[in-house]
Amino acid sequence: MNCDSCQNKNATVYLTQLVEGKMQKVSLCEQCAEDKGVTDPTGFALADLLEGSGTQSVSQSAAAAQDDEKCELCGFTQSDFKKTGRFGCSQCYQVFHSGLDNLLEAMHRHSEHHGKKPAHFIDTRSSQTKAIEALADIAKLNLLLDEAVIVEDYEEAARLRDSIAQLQNKTLEAEPDPNDSANPDA
Amino acid sequence: MMRFSTLLRKPAEWMRTDGPHNDIVVSSRVRLARNLIGHSFPGWARSEERLKLLEIVRPAVEELPEMRDAFSQEMTKLSAIEKQVLVERHLVSREHAAKSGGCATVMNRNQSISIMINEEDHLRIQSLRPGLQLMKAYQVLDKIDDELESHLSYAFDRKYGYLTACPTNLGTGLRASAMLHLPGLVLSDQINQTIQAANKIGLAVRGLYGEGTEALANLFQISNQTTLGQDEKSIIEHLDKVIMRIIENEENARHKLVEDQPTMLQDQIGRAYATLRFAYVIPSKEAMNFLSMVRLGIDLGAFSDEERDVINVLLTEIQPAHLQIEAKRKLNAAERDVLRAEIIRRHLKNLTEPRFDDILNENPDDE
Repeated sequence: MNCDSCQNKNATVYLTQLVEGKMQKVSLCEQCAEDKGVTDPTGFALADLLEGSGTQSVSQSAAAAQDDEKCELCGFTQSDFKKTGRFGCSQCYQVFHSGLDNLLEAMHRHSEHHGKKPAHFIDTRSSQTKAIEALADIAKLNLLLDEAVIVEDYEEAARLRDSIAQLQNKTLEAEPDPNDSANPDA
Repeated sequence: MMRFSTLLRKPAEWMRTDGPHNDIVVSSRVRLARNLIGHSFPGWARSEERLKLLEIVRPAVEELPEMRDAFSQEMTKLSAIEKQVLVERHLVSREHAAKSGGCATVMNRNQSISIMINEEDHLRIQSLRPGLQLMKAYQVLDKIDDELESHLSYAFDRKYGYLTACPTNLGTGLRASAMLHLPGLVLSDQINQTIQAANKIGLAVRGLYGEGTEALANLFQISNQTTLGQDEKSIIEHLDKVIMRIIENEENARHKLVEDQPTMLQDQIGRAYATLRFAYVIPSKEAMNFLSMVRLGIDLGAFSDEERDVINVLLTEIQPAHLQIEAKRKLNAAERDVLRAEIIRRHLKNLTEPRFDDILNENPDDE
């Protein structure tokens, strides 16, 4: 049997996966299997999802809009995500949030967390608290920045400084100026 | 601090004690994925970043009251075989065993709690219990998680919950799984139907050693696929409910086999008994599947109930790395098959012949 991908080599890797109750079978040669990363079973389930409907919009819209934006904290880019299916650091969720909801809907059928929260976490849905939370994150990063400066790790300090700046910008973006928004009652 | 040799000497507690529905549910496992703010995830971090994170996290983990007298070691300090032993006991993942600098594992004395540092996430906290006890396993983790949270700055987002390296773990970061022994559904050709039904409602069914592994010994791991959008309690209750249904189906399948194909059943259990008791060379797959038949025999009353723990322990003790630790040297496949047979003969020395009278008389047709 020929490889489903390159069509010329003999297929030696056979994959069967149930996707929403439907059986999907793919036969690949060793080279194509390796290229597609399906020899790593942990990466595969996601790789398959990435081919699916949810993510196309993520990669397309994000690639077009953000021109391979980079997370200033860890240096991770959108194309790294397409390659690995994993993020570089927790900050990446803020940096690459556009299109993420579609991916999460495809993956979890939900895009919002319900459940445990850290004890110190203030849970209200108002945008004001969201801004406070973002400030709390910035404050934590500032502490790390101070530590880095104390131990004279300037490379780390620069990284943290850029990351704080990026987070501050994201917070401003997410927080439309109340005077700016169209308020029918006003 | 506990030494590796001490850890090895004793099989894990969950193998030796009974739990609810122990005839069908071998064990329950729950894990939480957690990360720290301001640090790259382990897969993206440079080796020195991972070491730095380890320095922050490890003391907090070792100081947990649950980890008094724990085994705590960096993965680089363990030999390939020692790491494989931990994988065979389900104490660390295969991925974690393959990792290098900055990765560590901390586990408690009775091997019911293990914490992997710098696996795919900064922290993977796992709790293992015998039988069906998913909620209990979670409650243990919940407490540890609270404790760790007071010392570490977790990455948490109002909308996305606990932030994880892979978005498939986002939200609760919780994966609950139970190891089910389903010979009835396999022998009656209903297992694929069961797997497909579970898949359809968002649960994953895998083999003995997780993703991509074969279902040996009729053992299947069933776990939640999604982690975002449902709270911890609902995830576990949903899984519990499905498992109860599978238990019911497995019981029905067994009853039906006893009624419809008693000779086939006697033959399978009898052959398994004979081979395990008297073989001098036995490959892993054959041994696993025969042990499964003896386990079924125990459940049906053909052997004494007390033998169940022996089978549980054997299923782990005959794995390749365990054999090589026992032999204290590297063994090739042929040598392993010989030692495996020897260990099985030794453990089953007192296993008496299967008695089938009770089973077959349980369903008198004469009314």
